[in-house]
Amino acid sequence: MTHMVADTLFMTQRHFRNLLRQPAWIFISLVQPVVWLLLYGALFRKIVEIPGFGAGSYIDFLTPGIVVMTCLFSAGWSGMDLIEDIDRGVIDRFLVSPASRSSLIAGRLVQGALVGVIQSVIIVVLGLVVGATYPGGIAGIAALTICAVLLGTGVGALSNAIGVLSRRVETMVAVSNFILLPLTFLSSVFMAKALMPGWMQSIARYNPVDWAVQAGREGLTSGPDWGLVMSRMGWLLAFTVVCAWLATRAFRVYQRSI
Amino acid sequence: MDNAIEARSLVKTYRGDVRALDGVSLAAAPGTVFGLLGPNGAGKSTAVKILTTLSRPDAGEAWVAGYDVIRQPAKVRLAIGAVAQKSGLDLQATGSENLLLQGRLYGMRGGALRARARELLGRFGLDDAADRTVRTYSGGMQRKLDVAVGLMHRPEVLFLDEPTTGLDPEARVDMWREIARLAGDEGLTILMTTHYLEEADSLAQRLAIFDRGKVVAEGTPDELKGELRGDAIAVELEEQALGGDVRQALERVPDLYDVAVEARALRARADSGARAVPVVLAALEAQGIKVASVTVSRPSLDDVYLRYAGRAFSEADEEAKKR
Repeated sequence: MTHMVADTLFMTQRHFRNLLRQPAWIFISLVQPVVWLLLYGALFRKIVEIPGFGAGSYIDFLTPGIVVMTCLFSAGWSGMDLIEDIDRGVIDRFLVSPASRSSLIAGRLVQGALVGVIQSVIIVVLGLVVGATYPGGIAGIAALTICAVLLGTGVGALSNAIGVLSRRVETMVAVSNFILLPLTFLSSVFMAKALMPGWMQSIARYNPVDWAVQAGREGLTSGPDWGLVMSRMGWLLAFTVVCAWLATRAFRVYQRSI
Repeated sequence: MDNAIEARSLVKTYRGDVRALDGVSLAAAPGTVFGLLGPNGAGKSTAVKILTTLSRPDAGEAWVAGYDVIRQPAKVRLAIGAVAQKSGLDLQATGSENLLLQGRLYGMRGGALRARARELLGRFGLDDAADRTVRTYSGGMQRKLDVAVGLMHRPEVLFLDEPTTGLDPEARVDMWREIARLAGDEGLTILMTTHYLEEADSLAQRLAIFDRGKVVAEGTPDELKGELRGDAIAVELEEQALGGDVRQALERVPDLYDVAVEARALRARADSGARAVPVVLAALEAQGIKVASVTVSRPSLDDVYLRYAGRAFSEADEEAKKR
C-alpha cells in the first residue's frame, strides 16, 4: 500500500514536471479561460434579462461554468499522453519494473486533479477581475473546485481508458471532439436550465457536467442549499469511481494484449 | 535451478492466430551472454516479453534468476533489468531524471540513489548531457541511457532486445564494447536478441537460432559452425594447372574433401583448415605447382542459418518485413 502511494507520487511528479516543460501548454491553458470569460461574458451578457433566467449578473453565472468546462476539457485530453507513453515503450518499461500497476493510471489522475485545482483558483481570481462576485465565499469556492476536480478525474479516467483501448491519437481526438462539446452544451454551463428545451433538460439531468456546474453554482450563492451541493458531489464521486474502475479494466485488456 | 535463465516449451499465440512462439526451450548459464538470433518476426521479442514478466505464455514454464516468471513475477522483476526494443525513455525528462525515477521504482532512495545515477552517467559518458532532456540526445546516446536505466538497480540478469538496431556503425561498435564489458567485469547474465549475424557471433557465448517461433539450433557459435563440418580452403595458383595433376597431388592429404579446381582457383574443405594448409602446400610444391595465396575461412552463421532454417537469413528477414 505505501509502495503504491509512493509510486503514485513519483508518477505524479513526472507528469507534473513534463507539463511544466511545455510552455505552449501553460500559455494556452491560461489564456483560454480568459478568452472564454471575456468572449462568452460579452456575447451572452443580455440573456440574464430574459424572464426566468434566474441570475442577476451573467459573469456571476458564467464563472463557475468556465471553471467546470476548463477542468472537463483538460481531463478529456489526458489519454493522449498515455497513448504516447505506450507508443514510446515507457509503459512497458514500468510494467517490467516492480512499480505498482495502479500508479500508472493513478499518477495521471492525481496530476490532473492538482492541475484542476490550480486552474480553478486562477479562473476564480480572473472572474473577480472581470467583475464576478462570490457571495458563497471560500466554502462556495471550495465546493466548486471539488466538483470540477471530481468531474475532471472521472473524465480523465475515461479518457485514459479510451486511449489505452484505441491506442490511436486519431481515435482519441475524434471521440473527445464528439463527446466534450455536446456535453458542455447539454448542461447549464452557458444557459440557465429553465430556458433549455424540455428534451435537453432531461438529458442534462444525467450529465455529470451539469451536476458539477449546478453544485458549484449553488455553493457560490449567498444561502447555499448544502443538501443539493452534497448530493451532486456524491453523484460525481460515484461517477469518478466507476470511471476509475473502467480505466483499470481497460488497462488489463492492454496488459493481456502484450 | 543452476541456470540464470531457463525456458521450457514456451508457447504464445496472439490474437488472429499468430503463433509467435511454438515450443521454445532454452537455458543460459550465469555470467554468460546468451544470444537469440533470428530474422524479424521470428519470435525473439515475444520470448523476451515472457521472460521479463511482461507477457504470459499460453503454455510452458520459465525461470529467471531462480524464480518462476509466472508464479513469482514480483521476485523476477527485482532481479532483472530489461532494455526493450522500443526505448521507453521519458523524452521530456533529463537523463539524470530518467535514472532517478527508475531507481525509485525499485525502492532506491537518498544518497545511494543519486550516487548510482551519477556513476552510470559517468560510465556511459553521459555526464555532460545529464541535465539535458533526452529529446536532445542522439540515437546512440539514447541507447546508452536505455542500458544505464536497465542497470540502475544492479540486476543479476539483463535483457537486451535488439540493442544496436538503428544505430550508426560507430555507435554500434561502442555498444558492443559496452556489452562485452558488462558480461566480463560484472558477472551479469545477459540475454540479447539480435538479427545481426556478426553481432551474435562476436558477443554471445551461446546462441539459439530462431525461425518462425521455434529454436532451430542451439550451441556456441563455434559449435554451430563446426556442425557444418570443416573449414573452407581457397588456394590461388600462380599459373593454370591441370585439374588432374592437382587432384593427384592432393590425393594423399588426410581429411581433405570436396576438392574443386577451376582455372587458377582451387577450393577444398578440411576438418581443420589450420592443420591441412601446410600439408596441402607441401603436396602442391612436390608436384611443382606454384601457389600465389591461401585463405582459410570458418563457415559463417549465415551458412548455419541456411542449413537449419532452410533459407538464407536475408531472405527470411525480407519476407518478415513484407508481412
